[in-house]
Amino acid sequence: MRAVITVIGTDRVGIIAGVSAILADANVNILDITQTTMQGLFTMIMLVDISKSNIDFEHLSSRLSAKGDELGLKIRVQHEDIFKSMHEI
Amino acid sequence: MINPYEIFETINMISHENLDIRTITLGISLRDCAHPDMDTLCTLIYDKITTVGGNLVRTGEAIEREYGIPIINKRISVTPIAMVAESSEGDFVKVARALDRAAKELGINFIGGYSALVHKGYTTGDTRLIESIPEALATTERVCASVNVATTKAGINMDAVAHMGRVIKKAAALSADRDSIACTKLVVFANAPEDNPFMAGAFHGIGEPESVINVGVSGPGVVYNALKKLGPDADFSEVAELIKKTAFKITRMGQLVATEASKRLGIPFGVVDLSLAPTPVVGDSVALILEAMGLERCGAHGTTAALALLNDAVKKGGVMASSHVGGLSGAFIPVSEDSGMVDAVRAGALSLEKLEAMTCVCSVGLDMIAVPGDTPDYTLSAIIADEAAIGVVNNKTTAVRIIPVCGKKAGDAVEFGGLLGGGVIMPVNKFSGQVFIERGGRIPAPIHSLRN
Repeated sequence: MRAVITVIGTDRVGIIAGVSAILADANVNILDITQTTMQGLFTMIMLVDISKSNIDFEHLSSRLSAKGDELGLKIRVQHEDIFKSMHEI
Repeated sequence: MINPYEIFETINMISHENLDIRTITLGISLRDCAHPDMDTLCTLIYDKITTVGGNLVRTGEAIEREYGIPIINKRISVTPIAMVAESSEGDFVKVARALDRAAKELGINFIGGYSALVHKGYTTGDTRLIESIPEALATTERVCASVNVATTKAGINMDAVAHMGRVIKKAAALSADRDSIACTKLVVFANAPEDNPFMAGAFHGIGEPESVINVGVSGPGVVYNALKKLGPDADFSEVAELIKKTAFKITRMGQLVATEASKRLGIPFGVVDLSLAPTPVVGDSVALILEAMGLERCGAHGTTAALALLNDAVKKGGVMASSHVGGLSGAFIPVSEDSGMVDAVRAGALSLEKLEAMTCVCSVGLDMIAVPGDTPDYTLSAIIADEAAIGVVNNKTTAVRIIPVCGKKAGDAVEFGGLLGGGVIMPVNKFSGQVFIERGGRIPAPIHSLRN
């Protein structure tokens, strides 16, 4: 199963390191990563493979969300199908 | 990789524009529960609902977490209880209490199907059920009732129409201490759909399978924000096109959630209901969409045309996004649940008569309308008759969910709470339709019902 991690907020040191550390720890593989600035906000999108993850989705989600709180950012993880189904026919 | 702009568009719709799945509704047949002893029947019903629906809330919450889309309600609809309990000796209200207990046990906010279909006449079970509705709704918290009084094929059962006016009055009186809230859980239908996932009118129709998953989508806020960006210079072709595209995206969410819920629960998928269902949250309003099209206030002349465009575009956009479409499918205009509608009533822009006209071109009918507590039963019946006529002649579903709030008069404030919202009491026409209603009998089916 693949998921999309989105990070939105103010740019600062350690965002990618912080998120990547959680993913590595959970054995989640990063497949693609892109970052840009949209409407003045730092935005990062990661496509990840969570099929070999050693923690369940809920725990991964809450760890990322807690990291977001720590860094002053909003971090979400969502099944990629929600984006595919909305934007692809 | 998916386009980042599309990813953020989806996230923005959910986090800022109130995009959500309004309901996953699990339909359960109770036909096999029928039993001569009422207490045994209640046990069988409770056990079946809590067994079949045992994982509904948990599964819905898991889907919410994994996909990051809120699923506001997880609900259950059952076979019309008039049929299920017809052979049982005793008080029907016991069944309502069993349904209420099952809903509480499962953690769902509403259970629909305390219902009877009487468009051509009553069976003994129908009579007993309808007579029990006021007490059933006033003494339970989560049970919803509906009565179908007309179809295009059968015409309008005016005896039932007259009866429902009295039932609504009694339900209002029995819950007078809570702004007559029992009436918010009672819908009087014409052409009731059998697979509607929305409350209070959901029931599990007799042509439905053993159990089924139906999903109702939402998203007035998303359409409103898209229209706002379009600006006042866009012509109606552009407006319709934008609504279609937006409805497509909204409905795809519904289809995804429906498919996933069906797979995880091992229960077949029925339909996605293509609806724009408002909530009292500011911005999540159908009235605001109509105003964004260029009306000073919802209810101004032009409102019916705007709603017709909206309703049609929602269906055209949604139908390709889902494999099976059903239920009510269209824009909802429940007054107390839509903050924009409430504002329009307060401003004197939106009247009962205009709402009636609007129901000719959108889904459902006069929905969540609070009227003075001293409105006579025959006037409520006459309002129901008018709505039923619109449904029957136009071959569409119409419904009346009207609340004669005890002790309140036109202009007074009313509060039902939660998704039911609140608002202001609307005045009704003071002239009487009593003689008309007391004639009784059936208004014949229209000529175009003969389609064979």
